[in-house]
Amino acid sequence: MRASSRITDRNASGRPAASQAARGAHVRAAQQDPLWVRVLLIGAALTVMGVLVVVPVVNVFYQALSDGLAAYWKNLFGDAGTRNSILMTLVVAPVAVVMNVVFGLAAAWAIARFRFPGRTVLTALVDLPFSVSPVVAGLVLVLIFGLTGYFGPWLRAHDVKILFATPGFILATAFVTVPFVARELIPVMEALGPEEEIAAVSLGANAWQVFWRVTLPNIKWGLLYGVILCNARAMGEFGAVYVVSGHGGNETMPLRVEKLFQESNHSGSFAVASVLTLLALVTLVVKVVLEHKTRSDLVEAASLAGDKS
Amino acid sequence: MKRADKIASSGATVVAPLGPSAAINGSLAPARRHARRGIRRVLPGFGASLGYTLGYLSLLVIIPLGACFAKAMTLSPSEFWRVVSTPQAVAAYKLSVGASLVAAALSVALGLLVAWVLSRYEFPLKRLLDSLVDLPFALPTAVAGLVYSALYVPKGWLGQFLVPVKIPMIFPNGIRLAYSRAGIVLVLTFLGVPFVVRALQPVLESLEADVEEAAHLLGATRWQTFWRVILPVLRPALVTGFALSLARGLGEYGAVVFVSGNKPFQTEIAPVVIVASIESYHYAEAAAVAVVLLVLSFTLLVGINLLERWSKRFYAR
Repeated sequence: MRASSRITDRNASGRPAASQAARGAHVRAAQQDPLWVRVLLIGAALTVMGVLVVVPVVNVFYQALSDGLAAYWKNLFGDAGTRNSILMTLVVAPVAVVMNVVFGLAAAWAIARFRFPGRTVLTALVDLPFSVSPVVAGLVLVLIFGLTGYFGPWLRAHDVKILFATPGFILATAFVTVPFVARELIPVMEALGPEEEIAAVSLGANAWQVFWRVTLPNIKWGLLYGVILCNARAMGEFGAVYVVSGHGGNETMPLRVEKLFQESNHSGSFAVASVLTLLALVTLVVKVVLEHKTRSDLVEAASLAGDKS
Repeated sequence: MKRADKIASSGATVVAPLGPSAAINGSLAPARRHARRGIRRVLPGFGASLGYTLGYLSLLVIIPLGACFAKAMTLSPSEFWRVVSTPQAVAAYKLSVGASLVAAALSVALGLLVAWVLSRYEFPLKRLLDSLVDLPFALPTAVAGLVYSALYVPKGWLGQFLVPVKIPMIFPNGIRLAYSRAGIVLVLTFLGVPFVVRALQPVLESLEADVEEAAHLLGATRWQTFWRVILPVLRPALVTGFALSLARGLGEYGAVVFVSGNKPFQTEIAPVVIVASIESYHYAEAAAVAVVLLVLSFTLLVGINLLERWSKRFYAR
């Protein structure tokens, strides 16, 4: 949504330079705040962001490294539990992301390319997991796959482990990250319009070719953007995974943070937290780059559409 | 809303005037409806994509949530009522709703400040600040909770300055944010601010200079212009930001368990009550409280949505 609305913003303010210069003086007087107001507000905003975001991030690394680099290294890789949690996160998050990428592509194709009854309801349903507490997401899995759950007895009879194990972690993570990819793709595909795909079909392309040669190249940056956001949330999910883990030994990295914190192993807890923070910072950098790419793609599409009309 | 408006506002391009795409973009005239049904098959994969979407959502989200309701219904009505209305649970709902309402309001205020500064002023580090706004989206909530609890304890980086400050009535024992209700509000505000900033930014940036210019020429002070001209335009985005951060705050678990201390009747939120029931294998009770939490958050969100629509209509008159 943001990418597409940014474009219209740009068009809205992109009036001819000449007229803008002519009225510049007035507009400046009307839009510009006195210096002291500016300084005050900028200072306040920097303070807010400093206290809410910057200080916590710096503090994570400070506490993680407070015992020195050697201890930090040992905390991360010398501890079997921590090592396993890193591996678990590296399995759970990618699988959940792939599940939601496939879903996001299907949902965006259906919602952005077709009009059908119940389309608004479906769009709302895609967003539903945002308003469900992660704890409830975990609970429903316990209710279905737990020993006393609906499938519990059958699973036990066939010796299939879902709860407290990797499949349960994946399902819980997938539940809370359902909307991420779809939400990014739907506005991008709506802004791009169906013309190119229709042209491809009329030239005899089959569904597979349309997808690989037309749709995917057009939406690739938007898709990656969704993947990045989805992955960040998947790696960081705590509540839902906490409930399905049942404290049975299997842990993802966020759960490891909590476990070590409960064991009063503060430097260990912060060491794992610092890795997660680093991942978040990398996510932000990639996000900025991708935002730029999607925007320029959309501008290109908009200018092409402009040429056509 | 007229049909054409709907199409335009949905963001679909209505460019090609001829051929099948015009019909795909929406029903331009009722007479074309018949044609549209045929056209739908111009692009492949409608059945497959819709089927997959519905199937996936049903299996992963809808049926499981239904199971939660079903489990809660295994309790008799009086049992259900007894479970969801224990003093401990009621205190938890109140804290959950109260803390997330206050946090959402704070997020709106701080988010408005940050969005305003980012879209109006030029200053060093602006782009860095802009990207840092999204950090709460990317940072695992457990990490946020962990570090917030460490920052505000008496010996923490910020606690060492705040704890000695005693404010009568509000903080008689000093500003102790770790393991307190105020701490819950603080960490939920951290999570809520980016929703507000990201909802406001596009609106602020698209605001035409003309309206402010007109207000200026008509003799309005800057403050009057902000209050009477700019703020009304921002209101829908502010409401969206408020609703999103409220929804986030109501369900949040990871960030809160670290900072709150989880004392029943004092700093225990509703999701903590659910987890406690699960851990003692009282699944039906957990489901019952979960149903209350789900109904609460849906009611609040639908209520906000209706309020917003109603106020829009009121303004349009």
